[in-house]
Amino acid sequence: MIRILQYLGKSTRTSFTKLGRATYFLLQTVSGIPSVLLRPRLLLNQLYSVGVLSFLIITISGLFVGMVLGLQGYYTLSDFGAEETLGVMVAASLVRELGPVVSALLFAGRAGSALTAEIGLMKATEQLSGMEMMAVDPIKRIITPRFLAGLLAMPLLAALFSAVGIIGGQIIGSGLLGVDEGAYWSQMQASIDFHDDILNGVIKSIVFGFVTSWIALFEGSDAIPTSEGVSRATTRTVVNSAFSILGLDFILTALMFGE
Amino acid sequence: MQHTSTQDTLVGLFVAAGIVGLFFLSMQVSNLSSFGDEESYTIIARFENSGGLKVKSPVSAAGVKIGKVSSISFDPKTYQSVVHMSIYTQYNTIPTDTSASIYTAGLLGEQYVNLDPGGSEEYLQQDSAIEITQSAIILEKAIGQFLFKSAAEKK
Repeated sequence: MIRILQYLGKSTRTSFTKLGRATYFLLQTVSGIPSVLLRPRLLLNQLYSVGVLSFLIITISGLFVGMVLGLQGYYTLSDFGAEETLGVMVAASLVRELGPVVSALLFAGRAGSALTAEIGLMKATEQLSGMEMMAVDPIKRIITPRFLAGLLAMPLLAALFSAVGIIGGQIIGSGLLGVDEGAYWSQMQASIDFHDDILNGVIKSIVFGFVTSWIALFEGSDAIPTSEGVSRATTRTVVNSAFSILGLDFILTALMFGE
Repeated sequence: MQHTSTQDTLVGLFVAAGIVGLFFLSMQVSNLSSFGDEESYTIIARFENSGGLKVKSPVSAAGVKIGKVSSISFDPKTYQSVVHMSIYTQYNTIPTDTSASIYTAGLLGEQYVNLDPGGSEEYLQQDSAIEITQSAIILEKAIGQFLFKSAAEKK
């Protein structure tokens, strides 16, 4: 019995210290933002590795998700003779939920894991301490550019995902299944609100980008500097990012779309 | 750093594609493009019951959208629903004896205000009111009356 209590107490203590370290890390990262903005080259490099390299997986997944939504939506809606609202269904589900969430999950898998592995290996091979020896602040030089790049890339990727998905739904819906193309777009335009749907989707994706980059960078710099430690940290990044994305999505949805 | 310019181009392309995506979403997918870009004037109609009419519901005449509902409020003196509608300025020749009714698009569709133009030579101005109105048909009420009637006939 005492063992269990002891274990519970210990795990509470360690999770609190980890949370504390993560918060401290975040504050340091954010405080490095001005000095990164003065050297945009660093940010650009990271925007390339975080954003451009995720571009393909995001657009292709978006296209397929949109096409699946088109097919499934058509089968269900045609039972009620409401095929014309296919556009609304595809656009609303993509812009509100699937766009931000699925692209954030893909982003965590594609870019987040790479960030953790990169930072973890830098730590394991003592590149970070080497930088400190040369009086270069590794937070400003390494961490903050990556954090900012994730924060910037995520809303762009989510918007691309939704846009490509809507086009994919249109290809399937009106190209293959015979939904009227004009009805597809006009019903969509009549029902999707710029502020309520699109801006809220963008806010969601910014929050997910923030959380995913934070988790990935923190796990990387907090990793035990061995090959096993780095591999564990990478796993934790993907798992924790997925949990926080889905959990936050529920909270954000309840706040945004509940009347 | 010999690939610098290629990288610049790719990042530029990426950012441009993202912005195009956002622009596409806001212009093509949402109703932002039809957002207050047209000048309009307001007319008022009082209904006994405005049913499921909502702000931004369409106002149409002869099946063409000519404006939208801008606000709905309850008048505590007459117990009526006061519906303000913004009509696009290009349609400024609506006769004063026009009647307004609330219809449902399809069986389960959204409700909209339909204007049936009258024959008057005078036109509705800013803030003028439509006198002849017909309330929304409440489906439950109609079904209830129908059931009641058929039960009475059986006796």
